[in-house]
Amino acid sequence: MSADFVFEVDNLEKNFGGLAVTRNVTLAMRPGDRVALIGPNGAGKTTFVNLVTGHLKPDSGKVRLGGNDVTHFKPTQRVHHGLVRSFQVTRLFLDMTPEEHIALAILQRSGKSGRMAGNYISHPGMLFEVDELLSTLGLTAMRHMKVREIAYGQQRLLEIALAMALRPKVLLLDEPAAGVPQSDTGRIEEALSKLPGDLAVLMIEHDMDLVFRFAKRVIVLAAGEIIFDGSPTDVTRDPRVREAYLGSYGHDRNVA
Amino acid sequence: MTAVNEIPLATSAPTGHGHLKRDLIGLAIISLFAVLGYLVFPNNLALLTRIIAILLLVLSLDLVTGYCGVATLGHAALFGSGAYAAGIAAVHFGITEPITMVVIGAAAGAVAGLLSGAIILRGHGLSQLVLSIAIIHLFHEAANKASTYTGGSDGLSGIAPDAVFGLFQFDLWGRTAYIFGIVLLLVVFMLLRQLVQSPFGMLCRGIKEDPVRISAMGASVRGTLLKMYTISGAVAGVGGALTAISTQVVGLDSLSFTMSAEALVMLVLGGTGSLYGAFIGTFVFMFFEDFVSAANPFHWLTLVGALLIAVVLCAPRGIYGTVVERLPSLWRRRS
Ligand SMILES: Nc1ncnc2c1ncn2[C@@H]1O[C@H](COP(=O)(O)OP(=O)(O)OP(=O)(O)O)[C@@H](O)[C@H]1O
Ligand SMILES: [Mg+2]
Repeated sequence: MSADFVFEVDNLEKNFGGLAVTRNVTLAMRPGDRVALIGPNGAGKTTFVNLVTGHLKPDSGKVRLGGNDVTHFKPTQRVHHGLVRSFQVTRLFLDMTPEEHIALAILQRSGKSGRMAGNYISHPGMLFEVDELLSTLGLTAMRHMKVREIAYGQQRLLEIALAMALRPKVLLLDEPAAGVPQSDTGRIEEALSKLPGDLAVLMIEHDMDLVFRFAKRVIVLAAGEIIFDGSPTDVTRDPRVREAYLGSYGHDRNVA
Repeated sequence: MTAVNEIPLATSAPTGHGHLKRDLIGLAIISLFAVLGYLVFPNNLALLTRIIAILLLVLSLDLVTGYCGVATLGHAALFGSGAYAAGIAAVHFGITEPITMVVIGAAAGAVAGLLSGAIILRGHGLSQLVLSIAIIHLFHEAANKASTYTGGSDGLSGIAPDAVFGLFQFDLWGRTAYIFGIVLLLVVFMLLRQLVQSPFGMLCRGIKEDPVRISAMGASVRGTLLKMYTISGAVAGVGGALTAISTQVVGLDSLSFTMSAEALVMLVLGGTGSLYGAFIGTFVFMFFEDFVSAANPFHWLTLVGALLIAVVLCAPRGIYGTVVERLPSLWRRRS
């Protein structure tokens, strides 16, 4: 029954010139799903996210959120319908503080980001929520520092905090641990484990350890096509997946 | 770089009161300089009033360029629209009450802002610049052709504003005009400080740094920028109306490419994105234009050019921006 799905993608297609980057991609997610989207470099994972969020226009196919067809919606309208993404390469405001970032996201979510008077500090309940998010992600100590002055790993955490502040129904995380030193990935994992239970999360990730701990379902994309959609235990045994990765993940689960 | 790293917490811990206190200090400093200007240059009040009008244009430019990152060489279109609207209202429609003239100037500036914003924001980077240049030429040409209303290349003269509140006549020495200008400036400055610290101001700063991120947060980039352009137009329009009221003529130069470019030079000199930089840049430029050029009429532009190169190369954040950046570390070294 399609009514259970918060997020559905039907037969999505995208070509860059002659290059087919997304080929007949179909998938659906329910509230609370934890899905990992994996695939070799250049498989089209980020492109898939861009197509779904409206940052790129698909050649054909449909995207539905909570049963509504949003294929022709602008990116901002999709966010209003509960679809939020993070970026593979951090996109933050270098001269603003983590506190300001989260405050801006909260203001935006509550439709107050256009207010021309007052200060975000003075909004009721604001500081409480900002405090909570910052401490969830371990960013309290640097809340007043400019983002350009904090470590990249912390910036990655702020990316997740921003997404959470928007209170999405569907969250697409594009390699949340990319560029984070091994010593800090624990923090990211902890943050992921604190995501609301009814949120549907699709995470793109190369770190297979993280994938196996996080996901209850794995989708493998190779050359723009879904070649596997099933449980984490089956994925390493699948011959097509092994072929796509030239066997590397099949033999060694610790590939970063 | 190092200077920034040394002051992680001091500058940005935001409390509502801290901002208010800083703004009041800013207000006090501006008032102090206003009084000094009045006392020290009693014979140059017309020039000082002109500086205030230009300053309003530069502040307005700071809103779109400094806070939103939109490049434009056509911002005088907003200023000139305000000037002509106030002037035409007085000359052709008999609306000579000065505060009404300012409101008309602000409204016309806002409309011009909305219009040029709608066009300029279609482009990005270089194409924005080209579109803005096209706009200022179109506005200039329109004012030139509509000579029945604008007086064409002769300018629009015969603007005779009433006394302010029916009490303060605009006198020959320009005292009333100067005080009128200062009051306008203080009001606009206070409103803009509010604006740039508001959630809306924060959104604009976000757009300047990364519009894609802002749209991923669900906010409309174009809508926000258009609003800011409109507000910016109102501010420039107030500046234009002030020129119309204080000089009692409006010329085509108020709608010129030169004026647009000079406003950008002033902003870059002083520093973008702080409002205070606009003050410093305008004063430094106007000082060179009026005093250095009187001392040396042949080389003042050379000096402005040299100064601009020095600032852009050695202090890319502008005079104000660089001082603010370096001050804390100098302070520390001394104590
Ligand atoms: N705007 C574009 N124009 C042309 N080709 C593009 C564009 N964006 C991506 N591609 C190509 O599409 C393919 C898929 O890219 P994409 O970024 O989606 O891969 P990915 O799976 O996210 O890879 P990675 O794991 O390296 O992040 C690549 O071959 C890339 O070169
Ligand atoms: Mg990618």
